[in-house]
Amino acid sequence: MLGMKITVNGQTRPTEACTVADLLAEMGMSGKPVAVERNKHVVPRRDHKRTELAEGDVIELVTLVGGG
Amino acid sequence: MTQSLDRYHRQILLPCFGEEGQRKLLGSTALILGCGALGTMNASMLARAGVGRLIIIDRDFIELTNLQRQILFNEADVANAIPKAAAAKEKLSGINSDIEIISVVDDINHANLERYCGLTEGSEYPRVDVIVDGVDNFETRYLANDVAVKHGIPYIYGGAVGTFGAQYAILPHTEKGDAPWEKLPGATPCLRCIFEQMPPPGLTPTCDTVGVLGPVVSIIANLEVVETIKVLLGNFAAVRPTMLNIDVWENTYRQLKIAKAYDVGDCPCCKHRKFEFIDGFFGSSTTTLCGRNAVQLTHKQGHVGTGSHSGGGGMNFDEIADRLRKHGKVTANKFMIRAELTDNGNPYELTLFTDGRAIVKGTKESNIARSIYAKYVGA
Repeated sequence: MLGMKITVNGQTRPTEACTVADLLAEMGMSGKPVAVERNKHVVPRRDHKRTELAEGDVIELVTLVGGG
Repeated sequence: MTQSLDRYHRQILLPCFGEEGQRKLLGSTALILGCGALGTMNASMLARAGVGRLIIIDRDFIELTNLQRQILFNEADVANAIPKAAAAKEKLSGINSDIEIISVVDDINHANLERYCGLTEGSEYPRVDVIVDGVDNFETRYLANDVAVKHGIPYIYGGAVGTFGAQYAILPHTEKGDAPWEKLPGATPCLRCIFEQMPPPGLTPTCDTVGVLGPVVSIIANLEVVETIKVLLGNFAAVRPTMLNIDVWENTYRQLKIAKAYDVGDCPCCKHRKFEFIDGFFGSSTTTLCGRNAVQLTHKQGHVGTGSHSGGGGMNFDEIADRLRKHGKVTANKFMIRAELTDNGNPYELTLFTDGRAIVKGTKESNIARSIYAKYVGA
């Protein structure tokens, strides 16, 4: 598997990830308070593991910040 | 009455405001949770805009490292060890003496937040119209989220660390579904719809670990103020329905429309009406403080100071101060005792408050903080 290209927050990147959960792990964001949108659809956390990625997917990630 | 509106002339000119809007603002109450970098900006702008009543709660005292970004404070406040909430009230009264400012020096927790929001039987506080986020930790934010959803009060979230910030307005789904915003444009998902679990400690960066740029906090705080004003004017359709992320150094500005998070999720808070933070299931008794190398210890009633002169937060300060003087320099005023201690070769600063809280500076480890507390105060 050579991986595929997807767009994350406006930037194209190669990924080995098969699922949303894999992608978050690849980006070092596992367990972090991240909201995920895949191709304009919100993906709830409980679906991260079973939501598969496809070539050309457009992923948006926003996070919660704790400081202030 | 007309004369008293003169100072607001420039915002009354705005089509979205008018005199009617100004009167709405003057008749409303906002709770500002936390009075650090976000909270001082929130409080300053809301006081200037003429929100009739501000309740400001903060547990901390002003330190030199706060002045880089906490706009209401000055060097004299640091020298005099003034609590943030008290100093904010003093400064704001000089900015707008027409409004009422209630300052509370306390730790916000699951046992008192509903009371401070004026939501409990016999609360001495007015019912708040909005909760504005100026806190520095997730636990208080999830608690505020619970209170907002349970009682149908808009909660304006904001957070910042490093050069990064996030902001989002929660117009909560209520039990009856009859809040004014639920007709149009519709309620927005709560924090738990989007991020069901509070992030565990240590997982996300804090001002302690990565620092914070002053302007990013001001920007986020002002975005919160904008949404707060929309809410107080009743202009819910204007509320930005997105979670915003900005990085002022990377020059990124992203937002996600997350209304669907409620529909696709199974939120314990919004949908199942389980308020686990209010119920104290997730409350902890120690908190690492953002921006400082310090841990706060909160003790439940009955566990504070076990000596004969103590109980329920009423510690015998004189006795404790005398004991602490044997170990190092002690300063005390009516709000607190502060002792500089050396333990195991390491310097710590222990601060005790009249309500039974303690802050141990010099460590991020709760067990070390507990140990210091136990050794020098008595757990």
